[in-house]
Amino acid sequence: MTAIRTQSSTTNKVLGYPLNVWYVAAWDYEVTRKPMSRRIADRPLALYRTEDGRAVALADACWHRLAPLSMGKTVGKDQIQCPYHGIIYDSAGRCVSMPAQETINPSATVPSFPVVERHRYVWVWLGDPTKADPELVPDMHQLDSKEWAGDGETIYAPCNYQLVLDNLMDLTHEEFVHSSSIGQEELSESDFVVTHDGGTVTVARWMFNIDAPPFWRKNMRDKFPGFEGKVDRWQIITFRSPSVINIDVGVAKAGTGAFEGDRSQGVNGFVMNAITPESNKSCHYFWAFMRNYRLDSQLITTQLREGVHGVFGEDEAMLAAQQAAIDANPDYEFYNLNIDAGGMWVRRLIERQLETEGRLVPVA
Amino acid sequence: MAATNIEVWQLGTVVEVRNVATDIQRIVIEPALPRTAEPGSHIDVMARIEGHTDKRSYSVVESSEDGARLVISVLRAPLSRGGSVFMHTLQPGDQLEMTQPLQNFPLRVGAERYILLAGGIGITAIISMARVLKNLRMDYTFVYAGRSRAAMAYLAELQELHGTNLVVHVDDEGTSLDVNRLVASAADGTELYMCGPIRLMDAVRRSWTERELSYPNLRYETFGNSGWYDPEEFIVKVPGLGLEVPVVQGRSMLEALEDAGADMMFDCRKGECGLCEVRILRLEGAIDHRDVFYSARQQNATEKMACCVSRAVTSKTGLMAEASVFGPAVVTIEVP
Repeated sequence: MTAIRTQSSTTNKVLGYPLNVWYVAAWDYEVTRKPMSRRIADRPLALYRTEDGRAVALADACWHRLAPLSMGKTVGKDQIQCPYHGIIYDSAGRCVSMPAQETINPSATVPSFPVVERHRYVWVWLGDPTKADPELVPDMHQLDSKEWAGDGETIYAPCNYQLVLDNLMDLTHEEFVHSSSIGQEELSESDFVVTHDGGTVTVARWMFNIDAPPFWRKNMRDKFPGFEGKVDRWQIITFRSPSVINIDVGVAKAGTGAFEGDRSQGVNGFVMNAITPESNKSCHYFWAFMRNYRLDSQLITTQLREGVHGVFGEDEAMLAAQQAAIDANPDYEFYNLNIDAGGMWVRRLIERQLETEGRLVPVA
Repeated sequence: MAATNIEVWQLGTVVEVRNVATDIQRIVIEPALPRTAEPGSHIDVMARIEGHTDKRSYSVVESSEDGARLVISVLRAPLSRGGSVFMHTLQPGDQLEMTQPLQNFPLRVGAERYILLAGGIGITAIISMARVLKNLRMDYTFVYAGRSRAAMAYLAELQELHGTNLVVHVDDEGTSLDVNRLVASAADGTELYMCGPIRLMDAVRRSWTERELSYPNLRYETFGNSGWYDPEEFIVKVPGLGLEVPVVQGRSMLEALEDAGADMMFDCRKGECGLCEVRILRLEGAIDHRDVFYSARQQNATEKMACCVSRAVTSKTGLMAEASVFGPAVVTIEVP
């Protein structure tokens, strides 16, 4: 048997980001014929759509004098024109027109990045393009499946993306951060099970025969008008490398067999989270709350989106304060608790990926 | 594709040299600051030529995944500017001033179909692109043209690796490349990547334009070091500056003018940017345009030239045999 040498995560409070992965760059509706700018993994991108609707990601800097292409306009079938001197590039980033000369400099290109559109998101690959296999896009099918309804938003989080992953992998914080909506003391009292493989980490927690917190009581009453009584509650958090976390959440009438697999007497949601590093100290946090009951009710979709918006606003404030504290106390370490097991496995998977890419260096 | 092309200079240690074809040396280097070399990338090196150093560019033929070992291959060209002669003196253990890999010739992943075209030593820029396309199971044809098999580096290895995807043309076997036929085989959506002598690249550009194929799909790189004709010594006169300067075989017109004290503007020094443009007032002989900045129309007009790479030659036809009859070519220019 070969010994496995693994670096401890405790010294890295926050992590660098892998590049040979798909990151969500934007919601599908955000990318239009009018170019937009977004910084992903410290790379400024110009995002736009071709005339036939294909999403394109180019470096947001003209080859000539680095003027942002996102300030320019789309022209022709698939081209974008620099707003400064009118240099035009096609969707592969090749210059197709230069001002005041009859030829085109053969090195005139801007980097173009592979793009895949899937599950209502535009995904971009910033690493080695020869490894950009669309099959590696993480499964987030609940976002565009007929069995599920819901919607989401984007949080601009002023913190390293790893802090968001930590936050989502350990939901005991709900008792303290979200005390008025989904928090309850059973969260930190109940046991949880952590499992993992090469690309996923799962944390499962069940709470039996408890009172439903306000958020879940409301959802139960949407499906079962007038519902009263105890519930069984679950949270099954699944991380998919490098930064997608889908959380299977719900409650069912106590003792009706939800744990054994019959969820018919309950309400089930999926919190879909894709966290995309913007820089070492900021990230784009795309989330949505999907449900599998009362699919036709836009009222419930809107209420859930607004409700989760409020809950996540509480996380956002904590994450910003945590990053500020990390920056203000550079000589203090992190210590880990048993409840961090999920987050620690996530860190280990990401560190292994970073090591493979030769990019495992401390960032803070 | 790299977004930066910042020159990071470092020392490289030569660890292996070996002959891989007539006058072609394969040089394996271990750089002090390894960085992954993408297909199409090159390194700049400082070549020592007669007491001074001068920058030269060589494509990375292959590299280890982490960039810890880089391979270049250099054709010895005694009529050229002396860099390749120096490179052929390198021995294991020698140290070389060099950059980390730079990228001006990126391979785009995702085209419908590819043609890779290597002429002679141009194989060095194409060889790693071909390996990537093979690994990705892309639809590609790899065309390798040379004067003779003995002068074609890596031929046997490439035949073994690429099988029927590799098409070989050998001049002295009577199987020379028919450029028009090759370009005619390029369907819409084909990207053609080429590196080789300027005559070959000019012919492909002309044929590509005539067929009205998408110009951005024609990808090439030139280091501005090959012309239609062999380099000869010629005279450049600049009446405005009172200069009359000989441009010897191993020196460019830009360098000769700088040596003579002219304050010249330039940037790329490989015939791409057009900043070194000079206006031709009078010409005895012909211009060997070696740039890619001017269109064919502009080159034929001989009103301007890119003095970093282009030269004057004696006869209108550029044939050396006629040189002695007419004496050295003279180009009279105006510098801005």
